[in-house]
Amino acid sequence: MGVRLEKPWLTLDPELVARLPGQLGVFQLANENREVVYIGFAGGQSLFGLKGELGNWLGRWPFFRIEVNMAYRTRCRELLMVHFSDHGAYPTENTAKETAGLGRLSVTAVPTIPIKTKEGG
Amino acid sequence: MQLQLTQEQDMVVRMVRRFVREEIVPLEINLDPDTDQLPEEDSRRLKAIVQDMGLFGLGIPKEYGGPDLDMVTQTLISMEISQHRAGLYAPCYGVFGGAGLAQLFESSDVQKENYLYPTLRGEKRGFFGLTEPSGGSDPARAIQTRAVRDGDDWVINGSKIFISGADRADFGLVFARTSPDKGRGGVTCFIVDTDTPGFHVRRIVHTLRSAHYATELQFEDMRVPHANVLGEVNKGFAIANDRLSRQRIPYSAGCIGVAIKAHEMALEYSKIRETFGATLSSRQSIQWMLVDNEIDIQQAKWATLEAADLADRGEPFRKQAAMAKLVSTEGASRVVDRSMQIHGGYGVTKDFPFERWYREMRIRRIGEGPSEVQRHIIARDILGSSLR
Repeated sequence: MGVRLEKPWLTLDPELVARLPGQLGVFQLANENREVVYIGFAGGQSLFGLKGELGNWLGRWPFFRIEVNMAYRTRCRELLMVHFSDHGAYPTENTAKETAGLGRLSVTAVPTIPIKTKEGG
Repeated sequence: MQLQLTQEQDMVVRMVRRFVREEIVPLEINLDPDTDQLPEEDSRRLKAIVQDMGLFGLGIPKEYGGPDLDMVTQTLISMEISQHRAGLYAPCYGVFGGAGLAQLFESSDVQKENYLYPTLRGEKRGFFGLTEPSGGSDPARAIQTRAVRDGDDWVINGSKIFISGADRADFGLVFARTSPDKGRGGVTCFIVDTDTPGFHVRRIVHTLRSAHYATELQFEDMRVPHANVLGEVNKGFAIANDRLSRQRIPYSAGCIGVAIKAHEMALEYSKIRETFGATLSSRQSIQWMLVDNEIDIQQAKWATLEAADLADRGEPFRKQAAMAKLVSTEGASRVVDRSMQIHGGYGVTKDFPFERWYREMRIRRIGEGPSEVQRHIIARDILGSSLR
């Protein structure tokens, strides 16, 4: 799993949403320019999981993408922090309450410790 | 050891138990089952209640404004404040406050002004940076992060992993090797401001834990003034080690609290749930599970309170703290597992707290020194130095 959510954007329409899983996970919404406008999650209290959460956004934004993830809270926080690191601001639809207390990530930092493989690479 | 609680301890335990059951547990009905935060207004209200109870800032010495409770009483409180869904890693969602980085009580006057007092006032947050990708069980040898003296500064390069709260912290305690050939005698503790150039939080490390996610840190030519050395150069391992032993007592108590709650729920459920015309509690197989729960909890309680009692009396408690950590984490894991089993299908849903406790309790057998390291500590103690 990469730090960023980089799956292709899907059209946020009723037919596609009806086929979504009812699982827990995170999602992003985007505008016509495919710029992220909201990052959210389907948690333990979401009716019908991702399907239910995305259903609440029908007709408001044209695109979405999802990631099924049991660690939905920490993953959502990570995506918000990555967005802030990339853009200097949180997505426009996320409320101050949703972003309160978030930390900082330096996602552009390059690891200095090489990952060793069996081949010694 | 006196096993009977004093009148004061009994009163404190009853007061805290009531607070958890009447103020915290009802709030969780409407919270996300994986959350580690309360709504701000609830958090403020509950902190005020805890302050009125005189218990805010557990672990903070009296001279710094804390309630100055002995370790046994703190342990008893820790067993109570973890008795709810988020209780293992977010006991009472932090409304009891805490000592934070206790090592700062031993810092210099200037360091206290810059870091300790702002932390106690809630103006700054700190993190504890010991574990590295090269290992956490043997920090004295595993630390590869290097600090090299350059004039009035130290230049630090390296990385840390499984560090809680670093992304939201204003500063942290970072342990780095200052003398490569001296083993545990070559480690120094630095107070590092997180806005220092070269300080990076590279990623969140997602784990089984719902609360207080961990992070991975990277230091690139990070310059830290010599004035920010905590204690003395090459004596950082003692600072880390003291914390590791002492921390095992409340760590154990938190596990016991969750086990007590899980067991209590299993007892209640077994009395009302019927299968084949009789309650679960009438089945011998279930009775034995409940008996085993009771035994696991009692032995963990005794071991943990003994370690706390020794610490209060200023006697060596390293072996007893290791035994408490071992018995409580392994015993509580079994209690949660059995209680989940008694609840059947409901036990694994997010409607009940067992699945969160089950996941988070698994980490407890690894965090703060895995079970194998605790056994190693106990073996070294009973066999003497010949083990080395």
